[in-house]
Amino acid sequence: MADLSVHIGKLELKNPVLTASGTFGYGIEYVDFMDLSRIGGIFVKGTTFHPREGNDYPRMVETPSGMLNAVGLQNKGIDYFISDIYPKIKDIDTNMMVNVSGSTVEDYVACAERMNELDKIPAIELNISCPNVKQGGMAFGTNCSGASEVIKAVRKVYHKTLIVKLSPNVTNIAEIAQTAEAEGADAVSLINTLLGMAIDAERRKPVLSTITGGLSGPCVKPVALRMVYQTYKAVKIPIIGLGGISNATDAIEFILAGATAIQIGTYNFIDPEISVKVVDGIHEYLDRHGFQSVQELIGALS
Amino acid sequence: MKKQIANWIVKDNIPLNEKHCLLKLTLEESLPEILPGQFVQVKVDNSESVFLRRPISVHQVDRKNQELWLLIQIVGDGTFQLSHLIPGDSLNLIYPLGNGFSIPAGSDKDKKLLLIGGGVGSAPLLYLGAYLKEKGFTPTFLLGARSERDLLQLDEFRKLGTVHITTENGGLGEKGYVVNHSSLLEGDADFIYACGPNLMMLSVARYAKEYAIPCEVSLENRMACGIGACLCCVEKTVKGNVCVCTEGPVFNINQLKWQI
Repeated sequence: MADLSVHIGKLELKNPVLTASGTFGYGIEYVDFMDLSRIGGIFVKGTTFHPREGNDYPRMVETPSGMLNAVGLQNKGIDYFISDIYPKIKDIDTNMMVNVSGSTVEDYVACAERMNELDKIPAIELNISCPNVKQGGMAFGTNCSGASEVIKAVRKVYHKTLIVKLSPNVTNIAEIAQTAEAEGADAVSLINTLLGMAIDAERRKPVLSTITGGLSGPCVKPVALRMVYQTYKAVKIPIIGLGGISNATDAIEFILAGATAIQIGTYNFIDPEISVKVVDGIHEYLDRHGFQSVQELIGALS
Repeated sequence: MKKQIANWIVKDNIPLNEKHCLLKLTLEESLPEILPGQFVQVKVDNSESVFLRRPISVHQVDRKNQELWLLIQIVGDGTFQLSHLIPGDSLNLIYPLGNGFSIPAGSDKDKKLLLIGGGVGSAPLLYLGAYLKEKGFTPTFLLGARSERDLLQLDEFRKLGTVHITTENGGLGEKGYVVNHSSLLEGDADFIYACGPNLMMLSVARYAKEYAIPCEVSLENRMACGIGACLCCVEKTVKGNVCVCTEGPVFNINQLKWQI
């Protein structure tokens, strides 16, 4: 069997299959369906310094081959995460990583500092790309100076693997990735959701309480692939690719475009066992094509 | 309760009227534990517009015949595809999901339990009624619909207890809404379970509060995952925003932030 292990910063992943923040709860929600230790890692739900109630219902609408969400980072805050959630997830036998978000640079820094203390959290994913919060989030990730400011500040205080999650709602995502690299990020993950909207024609109203929301699912895959490809050409740090992956072939496509690892997001809702199926499918692909290691495939477009 | 994912086999698909059908599903192994009020997440194949699973409440669990019943209302293409399944087809389900209705403690079998359903919202009340009857209680049903054609599975409900009916057009039972039914005038129910359109449940909740009758309602907020991961189906409660798929779908009305 081929070697599926890859490295992201100081992290060693047993395989490149990770689950995306906001689609996999804290991992615990999926233990009835799969063996969590079979995947390379889990990005748990976005965590902020202060508790957040999230946006009003309705927060979700189905779209062709995807969905829009406007959850708005509902979470109980960093203190609750450390006291109540961390003890339940720290012994899960895979890389448990936390997606960190905030409204101000100070919030991001305070959250990242606390994450240093947690032995079993080897990495954070800095979310500068959430489209569903009024302040912070995507505001930091859609221009180089905003991204630079928050990444620089967090890099100063956070000593483990720092991954920066990028927004696709920009003209040139490679520039933002280069900024992340210059400020010391160990890796970038892309893409977060695409800003979208749904309208109920019968009621002549927007469907979501927030009017706009983040689009995800197979419909965004071509956009995500293109952005991973462009970013791969622009930076040397590893890329974690995500956006609409729903099977092993999709995952292989992202790796060929330049991703070192991939995240599965929305499709976890359709098939809660999908991530282990993708691990198996990557094995099968590598064996069938005679590759010894998945690393041979990274950016290996002919 | 451990959640599972499996392919069930369609045993029967019975059209009830032009908008509704009854799916009877079976498994080769023995049926899992399922509580009244719980639901399943159904994967819809063969539809170009359907992406997410469809949450459907459990209508009946017939252990003797090894059947799980789902009452389907054809609303969009997902439920349209479900209505075209034929015996032998397979259907992928995640189950059992959600909390289920409260079952009264066993001692007082004379408790007056009133099960109020509106339209296709009556679906989970059949299994609840059967479950209560099996425990020795005598459920009473109050079912409302737009017209007599929209009343579903009346024969099945009548096997379990007294069935009161209201229709908006007066075609069967008393004319009006469920909360206008004459049997409610005494306000002497000991517990009310309700499922139906939100406005109906709100009216029932107001009635229950007026007469200080404990009351549970089953919500059907729009869901993506059904297992508490996506935080899309939230309802405002005294505990803040909670997922209807895991903390519900059944809520005591005292937990909700409704204007009751």
